[in-house]
Amino acid sequence: MPLAEVTGSLSAVGYGLAAIGPGIGVGIIFASYIQSTARQPESARLTLPYVFIGMALVEALALLGIAFGYAFGA
Amino acid sequence: MWAAEDPHFPPTVDEFFPPAIAGPFVTKFTILVWLAVGILIIFYLLAYRKPKMVPTRMQWLAESVYGFNRDNVANQMIGHEGVRFAAYFTTLFSFILLTNLFGIIPGIQMSTNSHIAFPIVLAIISYVMFIYIGVRKYGFGAYFKKALLPPAPWYVLPLLIPIEFFSTFLVRPVTLSLRLFANMFAGHMILAVFTLGGFVLLQSTWLLKPVAILSFAMAIALTFLEFLVIILQAYIFVILTSSYVGGALAEEH
Repeated sequence: MPLAEVTGSLSAVGYGLAAIGPGIGVGIIFASYIQSTARQPESARLTLPYVFIGMALVEALALLGIAFGYAFGA
Repeated sequence: MWAAEDPHFPPTVDEFFPPAIAGPFVTKFTILVWLAVGILIIFYLLAYRKPKMVPTRMQWLAESVYGFNRDNVANQMIGHEGVRFAAYFTTLFSFILLTNLFGIIPGIQMSTNSHIAFPIVLAIISYVMFIYIGVRKYGFGAYFKKALLPPAPWYVLPLLIPIEFFSTFLVRPVTLSLRLFANMFAGHMILAVFTLGGFVLLQSTWLLKPVAILSFAMAIALTFLEFLVIILQAYIFVILTSSYVGGALAEEH
């Protein structure tokens, strides 16, 4: 006898769980950029490429969640 | 697609497979790739037809793209030998930028990078390129020894070597292609959701019709965000490729 049953779209639940990690990741990236700029404003220009690189790498995981939501159906 | 009948909502993956135009191999995607290649060749040839000291607008644009790739991508990631690769990175950047831009240009609204085949080919070229460059410089065995052996004490090497192999030779091409594909796929899907949702809302009860304006406004705002993502993804692909090539060429210790 099943204890609990999940009906409806399971891939929607999966995407919701998959969005937690990249959300925290993007927050950490920008928090560290803001903090480092607050400590040493001259370094803002130097660290900006790393903000973009980090954003794209972390955002990729969030978008994999959206894309695989369609690939896994349901 | 939004002709007389009710637009189906939510949009599915079938959105990405428009009917073939002429025969099984001439679809919207092949025509778009040919168009992108043609536009790039004609643009760069025309921009350098008669170069002047005080550049014309087209010459300035082409020189800016090349200068950006040479200074901020190739020289920064590879060092002074980066100039050899600057031309390829310029071509790669321009091609990815143009084919991504096809995703938001009205009338076309389909980026060829939203079919995973095209990013896979670009990623395979980058993959073969950095391995070939490393092997050509160091020799076959020495390159793989350099790439797979991190500087660590001998007792953790059995743990680190599989991780290095996995991350350098297996994960890199997959993530390069998947990142570009997923960004273009998801961007188009989100724009389709809000645009089709606006049309569906327009056809429903009178209470919901004003919400359609919100939906269309959201679609416009997301188009601007998509523009930012397009430029960012082209830049990321090129900078990661140059980083891998720089890593293959780097003199370790």
